[in-house]
Amino acid sequence: MTSPNEPRTTGAVGAPINRVDGRLKVTGAARYSAEIPVDDLAYGVIVQSTIARGTIDRIDAGEAEQLPGVIAVMTPRNAPKLESLQKFEREGSKGSRPTGRALSLLQNDSVHYNGQPIALVIAESIEVAMHAASLVRTTYRVDQPTIDMATALPSAYPSTEKIYGREPPATQRGDLQAGLAAADVRLDVVYTTPMETHNPMEMHATIAAWDGDKLTLWDATQNVHGVRGTIAKTLSIPPEQVRVISHFIGGAFGGKGSAWSHVVLAALAAREVRRPVKLVLTRRQMFGPVGGRPHTVQHVTLGAARDGTLTALRHDSTSSTSTIEEWVEAATLATRILYDCPNEETSHRLVRLNVGTPTFMRAPGEASGMFALESALDELSYELRMDPIALRLKNYAEADPESGKPWSSKSLRQCYALGAERFGWARRTAEPRSMRDGDQLVGLGMATATYPVRRMPASADACIYPDGRAVIKAGSHDLGTGTYTILTQLAADALGIPLGCIRVELGDTDLPQNPISAGSMTVASTGSAVHLAAMAAREKLIQLAVTDPRSPLHVAQHGAVEIAGGRLTLHGDVDRGESIEELLARNGGQPIEGRADAKPGDETQVYSMHAFGSIFAELRVDPDLGTVRVGRLVGAYAAGRILNPKTARSQLMGGITFGMGMALMEHTITDLRSGRYVNADIAEYHIPVHADVPGIEVFFVDEHDEHVDPIGAKGLGEIGMTGVAAAIANAVFHATGVRVRDLPITLDKLL
Amino acid sequence: MGTVISQVTTVDVELRINATTRQLALDPRTTLLDALREHLDLTGTKKGCDHGQCGACTVHVNGRRVLSCLTLAVAAQGKDITTIEGVADGDQLHPMQQAFLDHDGFQCGYCTSGQIMSALALLREPCGASDDEVRECMSGNLCRCGAYSNIIAAIQDVRATHAHEA
Repeated sequence: MTSPNEPRTTGAVGAPINRVDGRLKVTGAARYSAEIPVDDLAYGVIVQSTIARGTIDRIDAGEAEQLPGVIAVMTPRNAPKLESLQKFEREGSKGSRPTGRALSLLQNDSVHYNGQPIALVIAESIEVAMHAASLVRTTYRVDQPTIDMATALPSAYPSTEKIYGREPPATQRGDLQAGLAAADVRLDVVYTTPMETHNPMEMHATIAAWDGDKLTLWDATQNVHGVRGTIAKTLSIPPEQVRVISHFIGGAFGGKGSAWSHVVLAALAAREVRRPVKLVLTRRQMFGPVGGRPHTVQHVTLGAARDGTLTALRHDSTSSTSTIEEWVEAATLATRILYDCPNEETSHRLVRLNVGTPTFMRAPGEASGMFALESALDELSYELRMDPIALRLKNYAEADPESGKPWSSKSLRQCYALGAERFGWARRTAEPRSMRDGDQLVGLGMATATYPVRRMPASADACIYPDGRAVIKAGSHDLGTGTYTILTQLAADALGIPLGCIRVELGDTDLPQNPISAGSMTVASTGSAVHLAAMAAREKLIQLAVTDPRSPLHVAQHGAVEIAGGRLTLHGDVDRGESIEELLARNGGQPIEGRADAKPGDETQVYSMHAFGSIFAELRVDPDLGTVRVGRLVGAYAAGRILNPKTARSQLMGGITFGMGMALMEHTITDLRSGRYVNADIAEYHIPVHADVPGIEVFFVDEHDEHVDPIGAKGLGEIGMTGVAAAIANAVFHATGVRVRDLPITLDKLL
Repeated sequence: MGTVISQVTTVDVELRINATTRQLALDPRTTLLDALREHLDLTGTKKGCDHGQCGACTVHVNGRRVLSCLTLAVAAQGKDITTIEGVADGDQLHPMQQAFLDHDGFQCGYCTSGQIMSALALLREPCGASDDEVRECMSGNLCRCGAYSNIIAAIQDVRATHAHEA
């Protein structure tokens, strides 16, 4: 970013300020989607299938409809037919699916997984709606479902679609077989990861309200513009007639990135009953209909010379998808870029199961793929009797080994060094079971962390008002990620207006278009747009001052004007200047507006852009009980410019905690006969609780990257999650000598 | 006693919430949580599971922490109920709320009300002094964003400096 008026920072960016929306959250005043007061509200409750595959034979809503307080029961018998879907089916499912994802919208009698939405009850109250939902009787013609990943594995087929529409599904460089033949040491192992469920604390929720032909959705989404597009296409109405609002989201983690069935069903129901409808999923309904992380079976083959130099690396990942949609867990993308191995192959395959369609879940692909890769590197380090960090440094990629492009910046060496020092890696004795604390086995393990820098087009408005205050508008989202806060900081520095005089508006399709808040790209995308919009407003303000004969800054050099604390002054002469209020009052009292439509340039053609880090785990294993207690997790990360060390540290701690859950607890279990989600609640689906989570320490490696985006930040939402499962698995091996290649690492696998 | 709204049988319920008495006609199956959220517009108390598993709905009943999703509204009559909306003194945040802000003890904010209500109750409970003991006492309050370390820091900060205000 070069500009004649590049602000001399007023210090907002980089300061560890408290969240600007924090007061609303600690007082309970922040309103989430299900909490918007809407008059004349009716309540929707979804009825789900109780078989995994087959056809609805008979669905009897009579008893439910008779219940006092029930307004309607929508089933495949009476639900409005959607022309968009009928057209899609007529044309042989060619072209893009209007719903985006393959949804269950009561258009036919087919059942594809256990828990699929098959009816919707609309009633005067939650109590009545839930009771009525239990009275809907359904009989089926049952077909044999495919549930078990292990037995279905022979049916795996290669994924041929580009991943995320961008990355090839398979890659090859060099000559793998030659590399294996040349190796002194070979490793050929299979790692498996289970289905996992996002389980944000806030359930998916939608309030749908029609005003004539205009629809408003208050939806728990991390993608307001995406939901608008999907709903408009599905209902065959212009996008301008759909407004989606999502001011606060109670966690999302990728699961709230798509418009799932309930969003469309709420809109349909509200139109049918001519009243606003609130539809909140139950916790149980979060398992299946709204995505999750799929199973993976990952085959890793490594070859290395005696000195640790990798000669061959193959990573094939087979992941589960549903029978109605292909979704690939991109588990080998990190493998392609992480180590400088000349002979490498990666591939993705799919197995179709009768389960809900999987989706993005925090660090999709990288989290599961790096469990395999970084475990395999650890296994190799023992084969070679080599320090795991030394092995990684031996194969350090000085440029992207897949594309050959230079890194926009890479500070992984420093991350290894800083992490190792803060963790105390030097005290580790390499032999498994060699470290003890009383009768407890002590394990120390590490892994690499990485996540790509992604950026999409984003727009923002910055408006400076005559009272000296400013409003920033962008249709992005704050999922707890700190978006409100860091955008306030970026705007404060660009505008020279104090933090307290800036308000950021997010989460509304009435605001400038922004991408989904996912893939760690909000800072690079929306942050850049806000910075550029604020800079545009700043330019206008300065232009106004230097061309206004009554301004003390009249005819000043444009580049010599500074703005700080809401005051324009001449560089080197702070007494010469005036406040924004004075300037605007004299010039008609009109607001100054800056707009930016920001998009990535050609930097991705020139550079390979990734954030990197290192993660270290120390844990204790009870040799008699197999229980694992994590004592310390230490991460060191280089992710470009850190806009707010306080929220950045929190986000990384959160990612590390999520990774700890993946390592030790998380497992969505399906009954192998019925396909029913067995542990579909948050008592049986274990996530880390206070007592599980040790001291987590996060450190930053200072990194300046002028290529990634105008603000030099790489994004932090996912990288904290990557590598954690491997670091813990590696520490478990170090403690016990047992190599667990199947997540989660539960005590039964250690006895 | 006993009116009919849209043919749904209701009962009259009187609740004392944040020192204010509220009269309601409720379906007798209504939980305290749904009474707060759906009938009184006190949406600070969150529904995270509706099964007593996550702690997001924690409120105080007669000064003790209670899961409002497992409490029927009719059973909460005659008791003093405090929700997150009743914690601050006007514009003056309670020290626990300020500590959560200062220590960044939340991200999405959805578990936060419950965490704060549990933390406030904990100040009056026989919880040991160590971080580990506080972690144990707070383990009924789940946080998916992973703000745990910061929450413990906030609570310990308040215990060290504001114990007398509990």
